[in-house]
This record gives sequence, structure tokens and C-alpha cells, in this order.
Amino acid sequence: MFSYLQSSRWGVAASSLALAVGLISCQSQTAEAPPQAGTSPASPAGGDVKASLSGAGASFPAPLYQRWFSEYNKENPGVQISYQSVGSGAGVEQYLAKTVDFGATDAPLTEEERKQFQSKYNAEPIQVPMTGGAVVFAYNLGGDVENLRLSREAYCGIVQGEVKTWNDPLIAQANQGVNLPSTPINFVHRSDGSGTTFIFTNHIAEACPNWKAGSGKSVEWPTGVGAKGNEGITAQVQQTEGSIGYVEFAYANENNLNMASLENSAGEFVEPGPQAAAAALEGQEIPEDFALEVPDPSGQNAYPIVGLTWLLLYPQYDDPAKAQALKNFVNWAFSDGGKYAEELGYLPLTGEVAQRVQSTVSEEVAAR
Amino acid sequence: MSSVTGDSQKATYQRSAVSRKADVGFLWLTRFFALAVGGVLAWIAVEVAIEALPAIRQFGWQFLFSSTWDPVDDVYGAWPFIYGTVVSSLIALILALPVGIGVALFLSEDFLPPRIQQPIVFMVELLAAIPSVVYGLWGIFVLIPLLGSIGLWLHQNLGWIPLFSTPPRGPGMHIAGVVLAIMILPLIAAISRDALVSVPRDLRQGAYGLGATRWETIFKILLPAAFSGIVGGTMLALGRALGETMAVTMVIGNAANVSPSILAPASTVSALLANQFAEAGGLQIASLMYAALILFGLTLLVNMLAELLIRRVRQI
Repeated sequence: MFSYLQSSRWGVAASSLALAVGLISCQSQTAEAPPQAGTSPASPAGGDVKASLSGAGASFPAPLYQRWFSEYNKENPGVQISYQSVGSGAGVEQYLAKTVDFGATDAPLTEEERKQFQSKYNAEPIQVPMTGGAVVFAYNLGGDVENLRLSREAYCGIVQGEVKTWNDPLIAQANQGVNLPSTPINFVHRSDGSGTTFIFTNHIAEACPNWKAGSGKSVEWPTGVGAKGNEGITAQVQQTEGSIGYVEFAYANENNLNMASLENSAGEFVEPGPQAAAAALEGQEIPEDFALEVPDPSGQNAYPIVGLTWLLLYPQYDDPAKAQALKNFVNWAFSDGGKYAEELGYLPLTGEVAQRVQSTVSEEVAAR
Repeated sequence: MSSVTGDSQKATYQRSAVSRKADVGFLWLTRFFALAVGGVLAWIAVEVAIEALPAIRQFGWQFLFSSTWDPVDDVYGAWPFIYGTVVSSLIALILALPVGIGVALFLSEDFLPPRIQQPIVFMVELLAAIPSVVYGLWGIFVLIPLLGSIGLWLHQNLGWIPLFSTPPRGPGMHIAGVVLAIMILPLIAAISRDALVSVPRDLRQGAYGLGATRWETIFKILLPAAFSGIVGGTMLALGRALGETMAVTMVIGNAANVSPSILAPASTVSALLANQFAEAGGLQIASLMYAALILFGLTLLVNMLAELLIRRVRQI
């Protein structure tokens, strides 16, 4: 009996470390795993490219990417693209370690990451925006309040924990004639690191003068309950009356959550949607590396919380078929693929940006 | 466990060389396996410690007591998570221990005919086989709405007690405690029952022979005799509660605050790891590893305390 207990106790110690093992193995995997070699022998560039590509990264655009890849595969059966939505951070890491054919991120590459790439591969990383989206406040006030309007002071106060009840004058002011309950506000934020949080806090840090936590994929929240993933926040909001949380528009739209209209920097209340998000990007100068961030758009009809999401490509691919397949795919995504973006509630990039992305990809991505 | 010793009397005949070689080979094989387990443990600990080194250098012991976890400015402290880990596990233990021992007693005595008893024993053990993500989902969709109104009542009527001083906001420490209690219940119940069943029959008969009632037999003979087994099961359960990740992450609220109220959202070390590892980089990864190391130490401490406790009881 005694020895049994002793051994079982070691078992506890070992099992409690299982997590740590997992974490370590994850890390070393990204660093050491050989690049995926699922490609068929090089075929001449042209219509029927045969290649299988693997990518990893941001979860924010994952629903759209997955849709794109499966639709593209239906039209071009030779090209198989798989995508793991492991998060922007892991996506960048795998991109830098070259364990994937492309990465995806919601936050543009930092100076440090660029330098790392340059010293490792002796080339410039290629970073192109594929789509964008809005982050919305989803709320649950029973069935009574259908169209909540939040002024800047109101949502800043909610996020900072200063506005504590739903009938606070700061909220009531913009919602004349709406019967707001006196119940406490339950703010729900993401507990995991996420590009959605990056886009959200990027705006909050710009728009709220008293916000101290800065902006990033995870921050030190002054108030609220943390939930894991978009689905965690959705469950929280749907379940607890009096909750409000931020999720990306596509997700809230799909789950029929009530979304608040927000006051933008021009003082207008704007309902979230692809058009309002597109308005936020109108007239913006897009820099050379496409790293455009719009923390607080100034347009009259612009929805205030929007962000782009980027694809990370290598300038050189060992396999010409892979390079060609990626070029073809990017061209397709900006032409035929646009309708899927709109359908899912993402912001289709058009016009000058789209053209610049396409020409950048076709000029800079090459086979060795 | 000691079946090998019985063979020694029969071993008078000459054994073949092959048989003896097999013996030696088996000895070394088991030796290797035993050492390999220890080796893997040490390997993990060293690897985690190496990864954690930048954070250990940067924050030192202060990491244990600081409550800032700020990835933006790269300042980290693990106190709220350590506190949440310990408190949620304690709540689980307080809830599960009496129930678990009660179940064990009920299923080890002859209250029920074996035909009914066996399926119940089986069902208790089956509780341990449910994946933790299922517990988490069940927590979100069943337990949170169910305990929401109870929590509200507690806050409104007993709010002057610091334990219930904040209004419930859906998930929170209390939900995590209850979910953990259900998860560790089968461990406590099954191991305690085994310990109670293996108490020698003579002890029980002797007690009855001396005119003890069933109450007296249970509390003065059976439970003390099975004590080390019960403590062992409890520590195994506590170990699981300390390290449980998925279900806790889903229901605890993941807020890095230290509140005396069990209705407030909190977080644990393993929840922190599960939440932030994917998107972390640089010093944040090192700090997460440091936190993992602390969890490792915490579990070790619990096991050592249990060992001490059992030894002391044995001496009495």
C-alpha cells in the first residue's frame, strides 16, 4: 500500500508537469520541425499548378481564410492550402522559423522581427494585407434594448471600470427613451492573447485619455471577466444578462449578437458593418510595408474600431510551384474571392491597395 | 505486490542459465524504467528552469509576490495566479473531501446488496473518465446559470462576510471550486474505498465483538486504519486540482485579481499558461515558464507535506 501511494504521488508530480512538457514540446517543434514537404515535383507555371501549402497564424481572419482555401481548392483542385489558426504570435514565430509556407498576423511585424528575418534569410519579409474587419461591442440586455448607442466617454468608462451600471448617465445620455436597467455592467474581455484584443486596445489607447494599460495582444485589464476565444466571450455574453464584450464583427454577425453603435472621432454614431469599416480606411496613406494601422479613423461614416490583417510570404520559395500557387491565390482572393469576404462580414480590400498588394506579390515572390 | 517471495521456497531445483539470464535482464529492465521516470521528471524541470531563466534574473523572488501581469510593459508577477491556484484547489478539497469519504464509506459497508453496489462503484469511477473540456462546457452552460442565483442570494443576504462581498458576475472562483470538486471526487472516493475495503476483517469483527456500534466501528476503527490511504487519495486529488487547466480556464473568469470574495473572478497558474502561451514572446514566455516552475514546486510541496503527514500518523 505504502509503495503504491508513493509511486502514485510521483505520478501527480509528473502529470502536473504534463502541461509544461506540452508547452516545451510546442516550442521546440516550431523551432526544429522540418519544413513541410508535401509538394509534388515542380510543374511549369501556369493554370494547373500542383502544390500543397501550409500556413499558420492569426485566428481573427481564420474563418475567411478557411473559406477562401476551400473555395480556391474547388476551382483549382491541384492546389491544397491548409491553415492552422494558432494565433498571430505563433504564426509569426513559425514564419520566422520557416516551418510554414506562409504566416498570418493581425499585428504588423515589429522592427525586431524584421531584423530577425533579415539576418536569418538575408532578405526582406513580404507582408501584405489580405482583409480587414471591425471589432464590435456585443451586449446582452435581455430582449429589450435592440440598438444601444455608446458615446466615447461611455465605452471608455465601461472598459476602465468607471461606468458600473447600465443606467449610468453617460450611457443614458445617448439612449433617450430607452429603458436601461440599473443592473451592474459585466465587461467581458479576451483572456488569451489575440489579434482582436490588439485591434481593440489599439483604439482604446488612442480614444480614451485615462487608459493606462497600453495596447497589445494581451494587456493588464483594470476590470472585467476574461473568457477564452471569441466563442468564450459569446457564451459569456449570451448567458449573463448585463454583459458586454468585444468580438470581431464576423463572429458577432454569425451568432446574431446585439451590437452597439459607437461614437467615432467625428462625433457620429456608427453601426458596425463592412461598409462602415471600409469608410475607416478611406483616404489613408498606405506605407511601403503595408503596415497601416488606423487606431482612430477620422471619417464621418467610419466605424471607429477597425484593423487589417496580414499575410506573411517569403521572397524565395525552393519549389516554383509553391511560389506560383501563392501568386495565383492572392490574385484570386482580390478578384473572385472578394465576395466571400463580404459574405462573412470581413472588409474586402479594393482599388489601389488591392492592386499594390497584387503587384508586390507577383514581383517579389520568386522561386529559387 | 509481494508474490515473488512466495517462490523462494520452491526454488530448490536447478534453474537453467536462460532462466537466470532472464531474471537479471528483467531486473535491469525494471531498473531502467524506474530511473527513466525520474530522468524525465528532472529533464522537464531543468528544461523549464532554463527557459525561465531570463524572468528569474529579471524579477527574482519578487515574482512570487507581485500582482502586476502587464505584457505591454513586460512587467510580470504571479501572485494572483498562485493565490487563485491554491484557493480554488482548497475550495474543491473542502467540498469534495466529506462527500468523497461519505461515498467511500457507503460503498464499502454492506448497506447495499452487491448487485446494486457494483454499478454505483463503477459510476463513481467513470466520473474520472470524463474529459475536462466537457466539465468546462458543463460548467459554462449548466453550473453558471444554476449557481448564479445562489451566488446572488449569498451576496445579498450574507454580503457582510468578506467571502461573499462581491456580486457574482457569471464565472468566478466559486464555479471553478465546484467544478474541480466534482472532478476530484472520484479520485478521493475510489482510493478511500479501496483503503477501507482493505482494512483487515479481523479489526472490524473485533470491534463488533467488543460491543462497538457501527458508528463507533466506522469512526474509531475503520477510518483511522484506512487513514494513510485516504490521505494518499486526497493528495492525488489535490494534485489534480492544482494542475487542472481546461475546465478551470473556462469557468474561473481569468481576471488577475486577489479578492477575498469567492464570487469574484480569479485565475490560476495553469489557466494563465493555457491563455497566454500561444501569443507570448520574449520575456513573457520566460515569465510563463517561471510560473510553470512555481506550479511544479507547489505540487512537490503538497506531496512532501502529505508524505510527512502519513509518516507522523504511522508513528502514533
